[in-house]
Parts: sequence; C-alpha cells; structure tokens
Amino acid sequence: MAQKIIELKNVTKRFPGVLANDDVSLHVNKAEIYAVVGENGAGKSTLMKTMYGLHAPTEGEVYIKGKKVEHFSPSTAIKNGVGMVHQHFMLVPSFTIAENIVLGSEPRDKKIFVDKEKANEIVRNLSKTYGLEVDPTVRIEEVSVGIQQRVEILKTLYKGADILILDEPTAVLTPQETEDLFKVIKKLVNELEKTVIIITHKLNEVIAISDRVGVMRQGKLVGEVKTSEVTEKKLAEMMVGREVLFEELSRDEIKGEVLIKAENIVAKDNRGFDGLKGVSFEIKAGEILGVAGIEGNGQTELIEVLSGMRELKSGNIYINNQSTTGFTPKKIRDLGVAHIPEDRLVMGLSKESSITDNMLMGSQHNEKFSSKGIHLKRNVIVDHAKDLIRKFDVRTASEEVTVGSLSGGNMQKVVIAREFSFDTPILLISQPTRGVDIGAIEFIHDQIIKKRNEGCAILLISAELDEIFRLSDRMITLYEGEITGEFKNGEISKNDIGYYMTGNRKESK
Amino acid sequence: MFEDVFNLTLLQNTIRTATPLVLAALGGLLTMHAGILNIGMEGMILIGAFFGVLGSYFFSSSLMGVLLAVLSGTLIGLLFGVFTIELKSDEFIIGIAINIFAGGLTVFLLRSIFGVKGAFSSPDIMPLPDVHLPLIDKIPFLDTIFNNHSLFVYISWILVLVVYVFLYKTPYGYWLRAAGEHPESLENVGVSPKKMKYLSAILCGIFCGLAGAHLSLGYLTLFTENMSAGKGFIALAAIIFGGSNPIKTFGAALLFGFFDALGIRLQGVGIPSQFTQMIPYLATVFALFVVAQRKLKLKGR
Repeated sequence: MAQKIIELKNVTKRFPGVLANDDVSLHVNKAEIYAVVGENGAGKSTLMKTMYGLHAPTEGEVYIKGKKVEHFSPSTAIKNGVGMVHQHFMLVPSFTIAENIVLGSEPRDKKIFVDKEKANEIVRNLSKTYGLEVDPTVRIEEVSVGIQQRVEILKTLYKGADILILDEPTAVLTPQETEDLFKVIKKLVNELEKTVIIITHKLNEVIAISDRVGVMRQGKLVGEVKTSEVTEKKLAEMMVGREVLFEELSRDEIKGEVLIKAENIVAKDNRGFDGLKGVSFEIKAGEILGVAGIEGNGQTELIEVLSGMRELKSGNIYINNQSTTGFTPKKIRDLGVAHIPEDRLVMGLSKESSITDNMLMGSQHNEKFSSKGIHLKRNVIVDHAKDLIRKFDVRTASEEVTVGSLSGGNMQKVVIAREFSFDTPILLISQPTRGVDIGAIEFIHDQIIKKRNEGCAILLISAELDEIFRLSDRMITLYEGEITGEFKNGEISKNDIGYYMTGNRKESK
Repeated sequence: MFEDVFNLTLLQNTIRTATPLVLAALGGLLTMHAGILNIGMEGMILIGAFFGVLGSYFFSSSLMGVLLAVLSGTLIGLLFGVFTIELKSDEFIIGIAINIFAGGLTVFLLRSIFGVKGAFSSPDIMPLPDVHLPLIDKIPFLDTIFNNHSLFVYISWILVLVVYVFLYKTPYGYWLRAAGEHPESLENVGVSPKKMKYLSAILCGIFCGLAGAHLSLGYLTLFTENMSAGKGFIALAAIIFGGSNPIKTFGAALLFGFFDALGIRLQGVGIPSQFTQMIPYLATVFALFVVAQRKLKLKGR
C-alpha cells in the first residue's frame, strides 16, 4: 500500500458569496504524479492554495506526511516539505537567478551579509543534482519563460521540498519547453522520489504524465481515477458535466473574394531586427488561414503590422483591395477589420474598467452609443453590454464588475464578444484560447466557425496545434519570420508539421 | 565678479547645502525601493528640524536635539506607514497631508511652546559641533573644501556607504527591494513584504529627521517656519535622477546642492534674489527632463 503523503479530509472553503471548495476529500501518494483538472473557477487553485497554506480551509482538515496541519501559512508548508510553483511566477525581475532561488533563506557571510558566491555555488549544485540547467548569475528579466519556470522549481527544491505543487505549469510554455518540463517532472518522481501535484486543463498532458487524476467541477471533487483507465474524452465529460462536441468544418472549395493580401511584407521586431522577412499570403472571404509556428517566430509582428500597430518596413498589405500603408489602427478598423490581440491584458482589455466599458471600447463614436460623439447614452450602452454578456455566455455577477476580477476564459469572452459584435468581414485573431478552459474553448471555437460560415476572412495565430488543425482551412508555418510551408487542412499531420515549424522548407512544386 | 562666485568657497558651500538633500534622499530611496513613492519627505524634514531645536534648547544638548529629531522621524514614518501600508491610502495624498500637517504642527508648537511667530532662535540652542580633520588641514585646496564642516556632513557620507551595503549586500536589503519590485514573491518564501515596507517608511522618517536636525542645528542654529523650503522635493528629484542607487543619488544631491550654493553666491554679487532662487529648481526640472529622455531612449522609441 502506497504511503499517503498529503491527505485532505472534507475540506470546504468559503469566500464571501462564493463556495470555492465543497467538501473535498482526496489523498496523494508518495512519489506519484497527481493531476487536478477542472474548468476555470472549479476550485483547483483554491484547493492548492489551501495545501500550500496560503489560506486556511473554512472547514475540514489537511494532513501532510500523516501530521495534521494546525497553522496554515506558506512557511509551515515549506517546513513540511511542500513547495508551490504558481501560474504567475513569483520571481523578482531585477534579481539574478541565484538571488531569486535563495530569497528568504540566503546563505550568510559573517551572519549579516549575503554570500553571493555561495548562492551561485548552491544553485550550480542544485542544477547538477536535478538536471535543471541554469546560469545563476543572469537576471530573471533576461531569461525566457521556460527558464523562469526552472528557477521556480529549483527554488522549491532549494527550500527542501519533496512535494511540488505546479499550478498550470504549461500554460506559458512552448511545446518544446513543455516536453522538457515533463522530462524533469518524471525524473523528480521516478529517480528522486518526489511527489508532484499538477493542476492543468490540458487533458492530453494529463494523460501523458499523471498517475492519477482528480476531476473538479463547481468546487466539488466529482471523480478520482487512475490515468491508465480513462481517455481524454471521458475526462472532458467529467469536467464539463456533459458531452463535449467540437463541430466539424465542411472542407469545400472556398470561392470568396480575397479580402486580405500580404505581399512580401517586412517588419522590424522589438529589438530592431527583421522579425518578418518577406511574407506573402492571401485570405479569401469564408476562409480561415491558420499560422502555425513556435512562438517568437514572427507571429506577433505579423498580426501587429496587419492591424496597423507596427510599422511596415517594406512590402504591401491590401485589405479589401485598399493598401493600408501609413494607416492608423483606427483607419484599418474602419476598413472592416476586428482584432483579437495575443495578450488580452495588454492590448485587449482595461482590467480596471467594468465589462460595460470594455464592451464599449472602440464604439464610443458610434451614433448608436453617443449623440454627436459628445454625450454617451449610458442605458443603450448597458443594454448592449448585457446583450453581449448573454450571447457570449460571460459568467459574471453583473455587467458593472471590473474585467480584472473575471477568470481568464471569461475575460477572453469579453474581448471576443466586443470584436465580433463589430460585424466586420475581416478578423485577425491571435491566441484566442490561451489560458481558457475546455468548456469556453468549445464555445469560442464555435463562434469562430460561425463567423467563417458567415463569410469572414479570418487570420488565426495560435501556439496550440490542435486549435490550428481544428479550425483552419489552410495553414502556413512561420519560422524566423519566413513562411516555410503552406498546406490545405488534411494534407499534413500534426507530427509532420513540426518539421516545417523548426525551419525546414517545403519544396515548391 | 566671476572669481567672487566661482571659487573654492562655492564647492565648500555645495557640500553644506547638499547634506540635507543627501540625508533625506537616502531615506526616500529606501521607500522608493520598497515600492512606496514618498512625497512627504518635505514635511518629515520640517518636523525633524523643529524637534531638533526643541531638544537642543530644553536639554542644552545637541545630542538630545538629534535624538528628539530621530524620535519624531520614527513616529512620522510610522504614521506614514500606517496610512499607506496598513490602510492602503493613496501614497500621494498621504504625502501631501504630511507636508501640510508638518507646516501646521510646527507653527502651532512654535507659538504654544516658544511663544514666537515666524522664527525661534536663542543662544541656548546648542548647535552640532564642527569637525576639524587633522591631516587634511595641511593641503590648502582640500582643507578649504572638505574640512571644518558640521558633524552631519561627514556622517551623511558614511551613511551613503551604509545604505549601499544594506541594500545590496544584506538579506534585509534584498527583502526590501523584493518587497517593492515583486511583493508576492517575497511573501511566498515566508517573509512579510509589509514589514519591509514599514521598515523603509520608518527609516525614511529617521533619515529625514536627521536632515531636519542638520538644517536647524548644523546648517543654521534656529528654527523658522517652513525652513525645509522644498528640500524634500529636491531630494526626491535626486533619487529619481540617481535611479534610486545610493551612490548615484549622492552624486545627484551634490549636483543640486551645487546649484543651490551657486544661487546663494550669485545673490552675494548683487543679482536679484528672485532670479538666483530659481536656479536650484530650474536645475532640478532640467535634470528630470534628462532622465525622462534617457528612459525614452532606452525604450527605443
């Protein structure tokens, strides 16, 4: 019989007005990988925060290594050998990797000074022991997200953790980084007897890595199964509480007119190098063009030049047969373009504003919402927001709630509702389902398909190959700012496309 | 006339006028690192200056003056902390409130304790001692510039190094900076960012108290209403110009001190004071403009 390393007994957690965890009992065995899955708002993170002592449960008991937890605090958890890697990293950007790892328990020199050399040495040793390579002297702000995550894991290991809680660890990683992470996790568990609890909503990852799965829905643990005994589809049903269907597209020949045309476009990236090196493509009405590629290969630059937020160095873009050179984003939007940006919190939404105000964004001058562009018609605006909230199934208590308090999926629905409500013939969509749970993904995909069937020309950029394959009529692969291949959906498999995403070129016929 | 202004005395004066800026800026940069924008330094200096005189006068001891200034600084720093950290009020508003409060409090106490309006001076106020450095007095230039300053001038130099070592070499310095830059990460490893913020606020109060004591017991030996005269704000400009780094901020404070001294010297040769008094502020505005340009350039836009 495996040893129970963490056990929760009837844990209930209430926040004012919300029952976040409802009578949850589960246990995790030593040296196993336990996955917790559930939609956003199902209570996964709350449960993990209880385990890590960030808050105490309203009712119920937590046992770590057979000992009842009396005092809930992160320092108690650390003492008990529990470490947590949060979804949003807990790192100080201007500190070096070593400084971040030892933060809070620094090696001392003459008791009062931080021994930097020793800290670097400690990190080098940890790196070696666990096979997690990092350069201790580099600043966090200079390294990739994948490395930052490594630092987070090393940090917990430095504090002596043998139980690691990982909150949505792959949400920010590239496929390659995810693979590396999984190797590390397997090594930690299989060779070093560590226990890993992983929260995620990517079901293929659960199947790939975990030993057992706990499924949460609306604060309750609705099932606990051995991974070897379930399928992705079954887990999705348990999570959502009903069968999940993804609509299949009809793949007829598309005969619409060309609405977006890019000719040899070149644009600089943020560092001043050419991020796009002569990219050409066309998108017809009623067509979805998917852009596949590992992040940072020109996707950001592409959508930004198309939407007018980045300057075009050379080449031409025609939208509705109109060259957009020198156009402001507003002018481009007026040509009939809507834009769902890759990072909703940076360019898509104002976190501090209400849903209503976010829904209005960009339509303030519209006759419908303001008289002569001066006086806003508040009640029309509120009705408009309410209408969109209903149509796009945004889960919120009221339309006056600030967007920042919504879950990721609901925030994304607000962006999509607004952009789709403009009824434009052209849609530029980037990462529409990043950090969004499976129920909402299904909904968003359906909305995109609906737009396609209504005759929109859609550019879809996504880091999720599943998404590209599910939605696109045609796809191109982008590598270091160049198109390395173009395929009709059905012409190529997910495995084969990776070959072009890493720089190999499709021979032209 | 040129020699009357630009001579060694100008540099000697620079050191004198820069010292309150240096002391206040050292405190302010600690709160800056802890993620608090403190514009209440002006008031904190004023309160320090008053209590410095009060202590020195009643106990006939400059040390007691300094102690009272430090104590008042601790309390006002704590007060600032309670409002901004505990009650999460807007730092800007609380800073302004402290400045107004300090003006009112010192005027009120000046009348009720000393029974005077405007200024209080008395031979019973013990000034801080001047320090004569033995070896340096043989070297003519250095002697004029660096020797025979008030005690706090030298202490402020030592404190620059102490603050530097504290911030970048000790665990508390790391925690304080982490508390400002990314408080969640500090909390997550079991150190309270709130405590570090309090520490910075109280230290800032103490440093401003020292700056005030230097003004009323070292630079002059009297208290006048509103004698901090914008020094808290210029200290803030020095912090921004120096990028919150103690050494660079020290340099910036010296620069602003130089313009302050220059203004005073120019007045001495008959240029209307309305113009000369503008000099330090114009220099500050220009310096902040330079900083803004530099930042824009870094962003590459």
